[in-house]
Amino acid sequence: MSTAAVNIAGVERIFPAQAGGSPVTALTPIDIHVKENDFVTILGPSGCGKSTLLRIVAGLDEPTNGLVEIRGDVVVGPGADRGMVFQSYTLFPWLTVERNIEFGLREKGMPAGERRDIVRDYIAKIGLTGFENHYPKQLSGGMQQRVAIARALANDPAILLLDEPFGALDHQTRGLMQELLLNIWEADRKTVLFVTHDIEEAIFLGSRCLVMSARPGRIKADISIPLPHPRHYRMKAEPGFLDLKVRLTDEIREEAMKVA
Amino acid sequence: MLFVAGWSLATYGGYVSPIFLASPTRMIEEGWLLLTRFGFMHDIGMTIWRVVGGFVLAAIVAVPLGIAMGAWKTVEAFFEPFVSFARYLPASAFIPLLILWAGIGEAQKLLVIFIGSVFQIILMVAVTVGQTRRDLVEAAYTLGSSDASVVWRVLLPASAPQIAETLRLVLGWAWTYVIVAELIGSSSGIGHMIVDSQALLNTGQIIFGIIVIGLIGLVSDFLFKAANRRLFPWSLA
Repeated sequence: MSTAAVNIAGVERIFPAQAGGSPVTALTPIDIHVKENDFVTILGPSGCGKSTLLRIVAGLDEPTNGLVEIRGDVVVGPGADRGMVFQSYTLFPWLTVERNIEFGLREKGMPAGERRDIVRDYIAKIGLTGFENHYPKQLSGGMQQRVAIARALANDPAILLLDEPFGALDHQTRGLMQELLLNIWEADRKTVLFVTHDIEEAIFLGSRCLVMSARPGRIKADISIPLPHPRHYRMKAEPGFLDLKVRLTDEIREEAMKVA
Repeated sequence: MLFVAGWSLATYGGYVSPIFLASPTRMIEEGWLLLTRFGFMHDIGMTIWRVVGGFVLAAIVAVPLGIAMGAWKTVEAFFEPFVSFARYLPASAFIPLLILWAGIGEAQKLLVIFIGSVFQIILMVAVTVGQTRRDLVEAAYTLGSSDASVVWRVLLPASAPQIAETLRLVLGWAWTYVIVAELIGSSSGIGHMIVDSQALLNTGQIIFGIIVIGLIGLVSDFLFKAANRRLFPWSLA
């Protein structure tokens, strides 16, 4: 078998018992192979361990058993090869938009000239030309998440991890953000793992959708999304899309019932 | 205003003996005399020098140590018990001991300020750094930061405004320590002038001294705030 972009092998996570309680199994052994240039969405009800799985891939959490490989290298901690966008706003508040985007490039010791070109390029891609010298708190939530995506991509990671990045945004903004992310992905086809609890988002963005069960989390269904690219927001009302939506809604509803 | 009105009423109205409380005009006259004839400017200069000197020394030691304690659990575990204990030791109680060790010269004055400030700054800085948002630190790691670079590029800038605020507060406390240090065993400074005036029953001079301390405190506070606004524009609401 050729080397996968991401290989998750038997990853299990058990949180140790808190005072008086018993240990909590967040993830039962999970195996996932992600091909290069795939956009994989991970869909699950809240509390199913999907964020834990992503944090383990990022190296911010450690699996109790099993391992994660990125292009054949075992993950031992966080690193620049896995860019991450969080649900909370994590731009550095003391840095301007420009400085935030070049944070990782400075870490690599890239010369100023090269940094400037990359930063300018990404600011244009996310449509924030003119906002270079704004501080994060001068931006709306949607703008901040766009900068966070640019900051992660500017580092040119092997894989981009997104943990419900649009979860805190209103419905309209979220739709626009999805289109923007899709446009960026369609242009450079970077491998993406995208965690969400929004069914429509999982279908619209992904080329493959993994449905997770309620806690303890495991992969319940692995569904390919054969909708053609480039995708347009009107696609959300077309029969092919709606069929998938019905199917995923059934899958996820069953799980949500268990925890509700 | 109300304060000055009450004071005027008590003194000009003859309700309080001038021996115990001088009137505002008397206080200003005495103050003018102090400044022009008795070299009070020199006293003020000495006092400011001592506060700033002792405070700067304390900050140089305390800020890096506090940051290290906030950043690394092992460093914190090593220093925290002692610092927490030392923080409750009253600086003024050290004065007799410090006089024995360091005499009544400048070193003793600086040490009083230093002891009074250093433990407070260490603990407050350590707490500030320890409270840095976890997700910002994680974001930096996913962008390729090393441990050292997380300290320099995340913990430090994230905590800087709060550290500056801590320094502003502790500088205010340092002012009380310096006066106490000057009341005992000193030949110059605002505190020394106050003790001298007490011996002469000159309440006008004492009050003038107290007001000067207040004014200097106000000015230093204002300067600190202005500097913070300039340095950390991003942290303002």
